[in-house]
Amino acid sequence: MIAAIGIGVAAGIIAGLLGVGGGIIFVPALVLVLGFQQVNAEATSLLAILPVAVVGTWRQRRYGNVRLRDGLVIGLLAAGGTVGGVAVANALPQRALEIGFAGLALVIAVQLLRRGLGPEANRSD
Amino acid sequence: MTAVDTPLVCPDMPLARWLQLGVIGTAAGVFSGLFGVGGGTVIVPLLILWLGYGEREATGTSLAAIGVIAAVAATTQGAYGKVDVGRALLIGIPAVVGVLLGTALQQRVPTRAISIVFAVLLVVVAADLLIG
Repeated sequence: MIAAIGIGVAAGIIAGLLGVGGGIIFVPALVLVLGFQQVNAEATSLLAILPVAVVGTWRQRRYGNVRLRDGLVIGLLAAGGTVGGVAVANALPQRALEIGFAGLALVIAVQLLRRGLGPEANRSD
Repeated sequence: MTAVDTPLVCPDMPLARWLQLGVIGTAAGVFSGLFGVGGGTVIVPLLILWLGYGEREATGTSLAAIGVIAAVAATTQGAYGKVDVGRALLIGIPAVVGVLLGTALQQRVPTRAISIVFAVLLVVVAADLLIG
């Protein structure tokens, strides 16, 4: 229980700091720290993402950064793809899913390295 | 609710726009369902490059889409019996506190250095998953 809460807080801080989603941290943490199967980790991550996205939307909306109609339309029109993606995740061998997720982790790592090593952004610090 | 809100059902939205939003949603949904992530990696760049969004509003709008996508995906995974609801809440609710902390800290810590450290961590995670 303590481990799960720790994962939540740590993942949230990293997500807030770096602007990455919670899932890229929740899934490997569930697999590597709590010993989940890949597909169970992905399923549990999806529910854990929900409160983060809802509170995030509410906060960003106050800053005028949310085009609510577009966001909700994207989410609703995503339903077919989402259900299909979940079905594929449940049909694939665990090994294939692990390899796919590892590929995603590497893509995000490259994006972060570019940002970390690239030219200075126009920030105050 | 303020006057800024526009109705969801809007006959004035051109078909091309519906199609664009549908393509973005479908791509994000497949990605989210397959990998257990929100889909922001797909939505944010497409909103910027295809619909001309600014970075902040792309990120903000993607959060609203992710909320719907995650709800649909988690419900579907629940039907497969793969969701650990207790663990999800133990992680997801503290994560909200973490995100608020992280966002507040953003201006006070070296995010470039942290990006590099986290990138290295992701490479280690990928290696661990690949080695199995």
